Amino acid sequence: MRRLASTPSLHPAIVLWMMVGLAGFCLLPWYGIEDGFFNFEWLFDGYPFDEDYAPALFLLLQGKKPWLAPMGLALLLPLFLWKRRKNDPLFGTLLIWVGAAGLLWFFLQGFGISIRGWNFSFLNGLFGELGDRQFGMGYGAVLTGIAFLFLLTLGIAARGAVGGDVFVVSSVGLIIGLVGLFIFMPILKMLFTALITEEGGLSIVSFVGKFFSGRIWSLDCLVGGSRCGVAWNSLLLAAVVGVITTILGLVFALIATRTGMRFQRILRALTVLPVITPPFVIGLAIILLFGLSGAFTQAWAWVFDVQPTRWVYGLPGLLIAQTLAFTPIAFLVLIGVVEGVSPSMEEAAQTLRANRWQTFWTVSLPLMRPGLANAFLLGFIESMADFGNPLILGGNFDVLSTEIFFAIVGAQYDQAQAAVLAIALLIFTLSAFYAQRFWLGKKSYTTVAGKGDAGVHPPLPRALSIVIGSVAVFWIAVTVIVYVTIFYASFVKLWGVDDSLTLDHYVQAFAVGWNEFGLHWKGSAWDSFWTTLWIALVSAIPTALFGLLTAYLLVRQRFAGKNAFEFGTMLSFAIPGTVIGVSYVLAFNVPPIEITGTAIILILSFIFRNMPVGVRAGVASMSQLDSSLDESSLTLGANSFQTFVRVILPLLRPAILAALVYSFVRAMTAISAVIFLVSARYDLSTSYIVGRVENNEYGVAIAYATALIGVMLAVIGVMQLIVGRRDIGRRGHAGVQQVQVAGGG
Amino acid sequence: MAILGSNAASVEFVGVSKVYPGSKVPAVDNVSLHVETGKLVTLLGPSGCGKTTTLRMIAGLEFATSGKILIGGHDVTSIPATERDVSMVFQSYALFPHMTVRENVEYGLKFSGFPKKEIGERAMSGLSLVGLQDFGARLPSQLSGGQQQRVAVARALVLEPQVLLFDEPLSNLDAKLRRQVREDIRDIQTKLGLTVVYVTHDQEEALAVSDRIIVMKNAVIAQEGTPRELYDAPSSAFVADFIGEANLLDCEIESVKEGKAMVHLGPAKLCIPSRGMQAGPARLAVRPTRISIGKPGASNGIPAKLDRVIYVGKHLECFAETGIGRIFAICPDVDAPLKAGDEVSLIIPERGAVLVSS
Repeated sequence: MRRLASTPSLHPAIVLWMMVGLAGFCLLPWYGIEDGFFNFEWLFDGYPFDEDYAPALFLLLQGKKPWLAPMGLALLLPLFLWKRRKNDPLFGTLLIWVGAAGLLWFFLQGFGISIRGWNFSFLNGLFGELGDRQFGMGYGAVLTGIAFLFLLTLGIAARGAVGGDVFVVSSVGLIIGLVGLFIFMPILKMLFTALITEEGGLSIVSFVGKFFSGRIWSLDCLVGGSRCGVAWNSLLLAAVVGVITTILGLVFALIATRTGMRFQRILRALTVLPVITPPFVIGLAIILLFGLSGAFTQAWAWVFDVQPTRWVYGLPGLLIAQTLAFTPIAFLVLIGVVEGVSPSMEEAAQTLRANRWQTFWTVSLPLMRPGLANAFLLGFIESMADFGNPLILGGNFDVLSTEIFFAIVGAQYDQAQAAVLAIALLIFTLSAFYAQRFWLGKKSYTTVAGKGDAGVHPPLPRALSIVIGSVAVFWIAVTVIVYVTIFYASFVKLWGVDDSLTLDHYVQAFAVGWNEFGLHWKGSAWDSFWTTLWIALVSAIPTALFGLLTAYLLVRQRFAGKNAFEFGTMLSFAIPGTVIGVSYVLAFNVPPIEITGTAIILILSFIFRNMPVGVRAGVASMSQLDSSLDESSLTLGANSFQTFVRVILPLLRPAILAALVYSFVRAMTAISAVIFLVSARYDLSTSYIVGRVENNEYGVAIAYATALIGVMLAVIGVMQLIVGRRDIGRRGHAGVQQVQVAGGG
Repeated sequence: MAILGSNAASVEFVGVSKVYPGSKVPAVDNVSLHVETGKLVTLLGPSGCGKTTTLRMIAGLEFATSGKILIGGHDVTSIPATERDVSMVFQSYALFPHMTVRENVEYGLKFSGFPKKEIGERAMSGLSLVGLQDFGARLPSQLSGGQQQRVAVARALVLEPQVLLFDEPLSNLDAKLRRQVREDIRDIQTKLGLTVVYVTHDQEEALAVSDRIIVMKNAVIAQEGTPRELYDAPSSAFVADFIGEANLLDCEIESVKEGKAMVHLGPAKLCIPSRGMQAGPARLAVRPTRISIGKPGASNGIPAKLDRVIYVGKHLECFAETGIGRIFAICPDVDAPLKAGDEVSLIIPERGAVLVSS
């Protein structure tokens, strides 16, 4: 046991969280300020006595909101631990009770009492009409809630969980709390909304009726009817896109690893495209090429003298757009798989007299099978969740993600219908996610075993290389045409009508001028551009932080329920953006968390949509750090928090930067969730662009999209310069780095 | 300059078991051991025997499933690594690559409440103790493997821990350097009077550095003793074979009298310590170096036929077929006129044979 200089009378962590909680309770406004989270005018506007800005304590002193009182008292209870040591049984027990009871009461009163008094009618019957009401929670409530959470985790740690490690238990508690509040709670609220009938009551029967309605599940089109249910449309599209992207991904992975073809580098470069491209941009390009006034359609009509048609709107256009958009993702997955097949397996097959074809069909391909399934499921989920392309290319081919949008944004404004559709969508994506994790998770044929696989992959059979080579050339050509089209179209006056070149669209969107106040951002796009930029920046930091913290817990710590914890944190990957958007609208429109129309809701949606990116970046690079590094730090007397800050974070600098940049870029290009959450005051680039498309202002939309791609390209480029090339190769830089770190040098 | 001392303390395990979650077989099964203050004790055994788990439980990196761990007489069973006064030298050295050598050595001192000036002094005296006082400003990657290993030792030493742990510290060094480093470790340990627990799977290393050796097998202690006791009087066939090589031969105890057993080994008769065995069939461990090779028909010899003689430079390795099985003997005289097919007689001296449990 280490000798401590002195033992303080009250454990310092208790002091800290009591202070935080009491500051929230006694000093800061308990309820949310209407002027916004980052607006501090309230300080000079009647604080602390005005009811709108008063801290809980001042409210109570004025005899208002008596239900807040128990929390103030609970925050004082830890004083009973004066002069008690951490291993005293009362220490842990009391803190657990204070934290758990405090949190419980905190949420009970928050959810129980709302703008119209009691939130649930049975409470009226129980306690009588409540003459009072409350609004969404503000700074004070947030701090108090946090204090209860950490007092609880402190207590759990003191009872010996995870070796009594306060930092680890608190981190687990924090992540569970955040994921629970901002992923599970909104989803549950959405499920609940689906049960609400038109009259306002709750009914399972009506839910079942809506869920199995012909609109969603009808199979009319098979028997000659006009249309099938949206669920079938989504399923068909996703399955076909999954198959095509998997095949193409495999083709490119094989080219990149098994042939000496020149365009390997181009292929790898193309993998950044989906990262930097707003999802609907490819759809836009398809319209420009194959739409009614599209270049190809017009040329075709002219050559064969036929009437141009709108054939591309619907399934064909969606297939093209999504295939182009998601193939790079399949490629990224499969290149790891293809490289992961140990060359010695293939060499062994060859020495056993199999020729190249036989080796490929009997050894290489079967070993890649789990990877192929994985790529298929990812493509499936991406296609299901895609919102931008169906929105502008879908035509009469309705899919779930856009139906959800129209249910809530369109004239019908039917929350329950949106929730029902969202549930159908969620069932599909979650099943795919579940299959991917639990069915494939156990079936990995990873054959990379560190040592002893220093062979060379055999070249592919000649005929096969020619086939996949031509496929790749075709695909690259199409991709290049798509991006060139976008770029070119941004300078064309009116596509298909007036082909003269102009800078008008850029001027309209990005004009800058001078007026009496100095620089004046005249262009129509600047507002949404700056909003997007700062919101993406602000959300990137917590995304990276929570992601890396979660990764640290997953890679380095053992605790009860870790599998469920991992599943929960990665789940938001499988929740389509539209579902998140709808559920946020439904959940955060009313107290206790009343943030619709603010920037906070956008930031939160970005954080929890993109957190898995940070987790994956962290897990990947943390697995490369030898665990003896943190263990030696622990045996040298640093606690796990000091170890995390002084040893792990400095060594993860590249991963931190990568997580920051990717969450920033993803936030800049996201559309599906935010289209529900933007407001007049906080509009974002992507939703602005979609708005322009809907108004048929293609020029501005395309110019704006081109500018966004340019910005994103610059950001990624700078990051690549700083971090160095992203390496997927087994014998590349990653390996060298790993050896250095593991060797202590 | 601050002189490094030690706060050495004893280590005691009382019936400690460790079962990893998800596993049914214990990694360490009801182990009790005692490491005296100021001694160097080695945990030796084949991989998977539980020696590293035992070491990590002393460090506080793993927690015992049951049993009690005492350091310096205090119960530390549920105290985590951070709060234990134990430092460890890792197999990979685990030097922090983003800190200089000096920062590495100062790392633990920063968390121990030393004043800033003393941190620097202690780090320097630690580095000079391992002969690296001029390398403080370098990064670990700019040092050789042996130097990195010494930095790791210095980093652990400067905390003056109650117990210093080594997890296979030599396994990343080349053969020549190993001898040098292990002597350095032993020197520092005796000079400062440290309590050291040392894990290795290399029996020669264990014999060379240890005050006592604890041999582990399948999660339990197989035998414990000084190097000489283990080598000369292994209690079981496993220990006999694991520490040095041994011929394990079936024999017959004819009678036991006053602690001496009369043993029949083929035609030969030996009178050796009975070690608590009763009359009946038994097993005998004989070191190859103890067997001498004589002319056929030598008295009390075992008739044998050499079937392979290998010249390895410093001695001859001879394999002989006998009526009681194949025997491996080492002949120190490299000029002896022995060749495969020769009829010989193997003579086993009474000091060279030990009854072991099988």
